[in-house]
Amino acid sequence: MWLVIIQLKIGIILTFFSLLFAVASLAERKILARIQNRRGPNRVGPCGLFQPIADGIKMLIKEDVVPRKADRALHFLAPIVMVAPMVLLFGILPYGGGLTLVDLEVGLLFFFAVSSVSELAVFMAGWSSANKYSVFGAMRAIAQMVSYEVPLVLVAITPVMVAGSLSLVHMVEDQAGYAIGVIPNWFVLTPWGIVGFLLLFVTSLAEANRTPFDLPEGESELVAGHLTEYSGFKYALFFMGEYFGIFAGSGLAVALFLGGGGAPLPLLQWIPPYLWFFVKLVVLVGIVIWVRASLPRMRIDQLMDLCWKGLVPLAFVNLIAAAIWHYSGGGWQGWILAGGLLVGAYLMLNRVVLRSRCSWERKYYLAKS
Amino acid sequence: MNVVLFIIAALILVGALATVCVRNLVYCALSLAATFAALGMLYLALGAEFIGWVQILVYVGAVAVLIVFVILLTAPDRMRSVGPLFSRSRILGVGVSLGVFGTIAYAVHKSGSLKGSLSMPAETDMQSIGEELLSSYLVPLEATGVLLTVALIGAVLFAREEPVEGSEESQESKD
Amino acid sequence: MSTLQVLLTVSALLFCLGLTAALTRRSVIMILIGIELMLNAANLNFIVFWRAHGDSDPSGGFMFALFGIAVAAAEAAVGLALILLVYRHYRSTRSEDLNKLKG
Repeated sequence: MWLVIIQLKIGIILTFFSLLFAVASLAERKILARIQNRRGPNRVGPCGLFQPIADGIKMLIKEDVVPRKADRALHFLAPIVMVAPMVLLFGILPYGGGLTLVDLEVGLLFFFAVSSVSELAVFMAGWSSANKYSVFGAMRAIAQMVSYEVPLVLVAITPVMVAGSLSLVHMVEDQAGYAIGVIPNWFVLTPWGIVGFLLLFVTSLAEANRTPFDLPEGESELVAGHLTEYSGFKYALFFMGEYFGIFAGSGLAVALFLGGGGAPLPLLQWIPPYLWFFVKLVVLVGIVIWVRASLPRMRIDQLMDLCWKGLVPLAFVNLIAAAIWHYSGGGWQGWILAGGLLVGAYLMLNRVVLRSRCSWERKYYLAKS
Repeated sequence: MNVVLFIIAALILVGALATVCVRNLVYCALSLAATFAALGMLYLALGAEFIGWVQILVYVGAVAVLIVFVILLTAPDRMRSVGPLFSRSRILGVGVSLGVFGTIAYAVHKSGSLKGSLSMPAETDMQSIGEELLSSYLVPLEATGVLLTVALIGAVLFAREEPVEGSEESQESKD
Repeated sequence: MSTLQVLLTVSALLFCLGLTAALTRRSVIMILIGIELMLNAANLNFIVFWRAHGDSDPSGGFMFALFGIAVAAAEAAVGLALILLVYRHYRSTRSEDLNKLKG
């Protein structure tokens, strides 16, 4: 019996995310088109609604080209190694309301351990293609992912510290309830929570290689980075892995800072928690698309400067702020102390580090000689 | 239970053998990653959940990726190591390893205290691990923190290009 | 043989494979990979013994493995930075090319 229930849950979760993948790829093109004053896909079905189906069929029947000099085994394995871990990530997200699949005691650790495997997939794709653009794209992608993993983990530690557990379900339970009867107890409504949520959002964008951090596949310089030599369904798998990475990252942000399946108002608690979870997730994905339309791509040195000189120190300060908040017991003292610390750190970083004269000039450490 | 352990152990050994024997450096690094992942699985099967995932996070996600990155940076054209299959040093090396393995295996086989079966240790949940780390293991924890900081700074210093005399960078360091 | 002995033999084999890589391979990167394998064999031993004799000290071997992983990660980072430095200096990562005391 329980086996059937688990199968059902897996079915629901996988169906939801596959559908979301289709809808998001269409929505992305439509929203981008609207922002750029175009029409976007409008040929297939009413208002181009069936475009994802057409795209899928096109991907499936396209020729699967493998370069002659490519390493066939790795070229074949890379898309699988890319997608498989991302699918695993959906298993531990705390949807709530009985839909949660597993409540791992080390859930957060599992999330980072499994998602870090995709870096190897990027390398396999880049190296096996036997193409200079692919190798450069893969190197950029790996450097970027390794660097942004540091602030990502540092930020994710703060809710662990406050909730006292690595389990995502436990963290969501910690955010249940309402202050003064109306304001939800979400972590995002604390000074360290706002900063943490924004940092988490930015770093997950970078982890998923999304604009403005999509240098690894910058068309104007690297063709398509590690995806250059992929076509047909393998390319679709990479695309899917990227989207699933965004979904999982948004799910993590929802679980850690946005209260998981908690309703924003006590009045709305009759709506089941997993629906709230999915609503929040879809909103975050929408913001990701919006960001893509609004921001230009960064340069590689700006990217690294932002990570090591901006996000990492801010994440450390955020850790301290969360500790101060925790031991001052919240309330207005917490707001003044933790908030003041964070604002001060942000202003200082902004003035001293990020805006200093030389930090935006290009420096070549490895490309020389 | 035991069957699972044996399958994972076989995976580990196959991965390690491939790491050592394959001539292509990239394949070596990738089979090394597979070996690390299989080791993480073995830890999970042995009931050390935390260590298992830490193993995968640190080794597959960081160390293997770093090795791969260095391979890309250093030898993109000459991935294959050349040289005769049976050189004197190679035979000597294999001989030494076989000797070491023989000694350890003999000791393990003959030792009387290793006959017992695996017992389940007391439950270790995350709470108790955290408390232990910050109480009885506080000094090692702090020492590890210092070590990691030193390693970080050292690695950055090493990997950085030495500033050329009179360049902008050496002037910066004088300021 | 008991399961304990089998696992210890696996760990010994892993150690010796790492030793073989460190002793016979020419690339500096392969030597580092061999050292990583040996460190992992040691960690495996800690976990296996923790599992077998964990009743007297419920977290000793566990913690030792944890610190072992941290130290091995630091070692890998510094080692790879050294390899990069060596490569920049000699334009090679083969150990027999690194034969000058002054470069």
